[in-house]
Amino acid sequence: MASPNDLQFQEFDEAADLLSADPEATTLSVSVTSTREGLPESLCYSSGFWTFEYYESLFNVDTVQVLDRVKGSVLPLPGRNFIKHYLRSNPDLYGPFWICVTLVFSVAISGNLSMFLTQMGNPAFHYRPQFHRVTIAAVIIFMYAWLVPVALWGFLTWRQSADRQVKGYSFLETVCVYGYSLFIYIPTSILWIIPFEWLRWMLILVAMVISGSVLVLTFWPAVRDEAKLIAVATVVAILLLHTLLAVGCKMYFFHSATSIPPPAAAATVSTLTTKQH
Amino acid sequence: MAEEEASRPFAGLSDVSIPEDIPVEGDISVPMGANKRDDEYSTLDEPVKETILRDLRAVGNKFIHVLYPKRSSALLRDWDLWGPLLLCVTLALLLQGGAADSDDQGGPQFAEVFVVIWFGSIIITLNSKLLGGTISFFQSLCVLGYCILPLTVAMIVCRIVLVGGSGTVSFVVRLLVVTASFGWSTFASTAFLADSQPSNRKALVVYPVFLFYFIISWIILTFSPSH
Repeated sequence: MASPNDLQFQEFDEAADLLSADPEATTLSVSVTSTREGLPESLCYSSGFWTFEYYESLFNVDTVQVLDRVKGSVLPLPGRNFIKHYLRSNPDLYGPFWICVTLVFSVAISGNLSMFLTQMGNPAFHYRPQFHRVTIAAVIIFMYAWLVPVALWGFLTWRQSADRQVKGYSFLETVCVYGYSLFIYIPTSILWIIPFEWLRWMLILVAMVISGSVLVLTFWPAVRDEAKLIAVATVVAILLLHTLLAVGCKMYFFHSATSIPPPAAAATVSTLTTKQH
Repeated sequence: MAEEEASRPFAGLSDVSIPEDIPVEGDISVPMGANKRDDEYSTLDEPVKETILRDLRAVGNKFIHVLYPKRSSALLRDWDLWGPLLLCVTLALLLQGGAADSDDQGGPQFAEVFVVIWFGSIIITLNSKLLGGTISFFQSLCVLGYCILPLTVAMIVCRIVLVGGSGTVSFVVRLLVVTASFGWSTFASTAFLADSQPSNRKALVVYPVFLFYFIISWIILTFSPSH
């Protein structure tokens, strides 16, 4: 419909800016309803996962954004889906990875300190750094932060059919929300040094409620359309695994010097300790 | 006549003849290139002491830059990994011999210290590159490794203090020394690394460095000698 005078070369600033910012970008339209997950996700998949650019696109966050996401994981408000509200099609791996690393060391160090404080008056006690606990904590936490999202994502992807309105979440978004939901355990584990048992149970309860509700608020819309039984079972399974992690960590790392692994986590822990010898 | 002279500048030489039985020979050398080539060849002939001392001087120079961190590019420009290796091995050796009666509950083994330092440095370097940093891989490894120097000094001081006893006083002294050297290490490495990051992501890069030196400081502080 344009007149012949309009058929000249026109520079579109926005497109030029977008292209200059990322030369690998494809010029797709950024409408949320038509595309599946918006532009950055397709930027992710434009280069293969073996290239450096793929992982660079997963670290495309600023300090302010990371702090914002952390804040969102600590203050779950009903109606605020973490993935839709905070991630907004830009999942990152920076948050989950460094939160997991920090959690590993905070749990190991706080467990060591609490053991020291409870045994301080004991003259027969000789302080030990217990460095092997770092390895055990790392294995447990990283396995939880990666395998459970894989299982959950696989389950959700299998269950959704082609004509469903609500598309499932991508694998990276699932990993991202799980990683950020673990953040609340970092201050909790530091506060567990205080040797009052009732305080510890109260703290773990608060932490589980907060991070559990972040997960439930995120995944409930994805399973809402399922049969009631399956939906409830999925949510219960998510919460159960989360509880298992929290209670298992508490019982293993914050017990006295003679630690007895809980029966639930005994399988993994005992194979790991036998490997240590 | 003057124009003719000017148009034929070498006209005066036209009657110079070179006898055929005198060989004409000589070297044509380009000034810049020849010097470089001469230098490379001459390092083969220099005494071994000279070669080793040159590297040692470079390492020592970088140690001084770490001890007095100012925004200089000497560490970044000529990176080398001798210093980090030396510091890592020294630190790992000094951390041995503690709580040796039960190897399961004790401090980190030699290999564990190595893994923590080198894998930690590699992961931090990858992290800063993925966040869009302009520093190169080995330059970052070099900076992170050299900035372990204050912590190694703290470890030496701690071991000396522990010879005197392991009571509360020695613990307080060790705590102060380790805290001071942790702050020094973090400050020194961020002085070198911070410039290479975009400004809205500086904290994202500094935090892992902080965590890395915190963990090493923790390992040093909790070193308890075997009885």
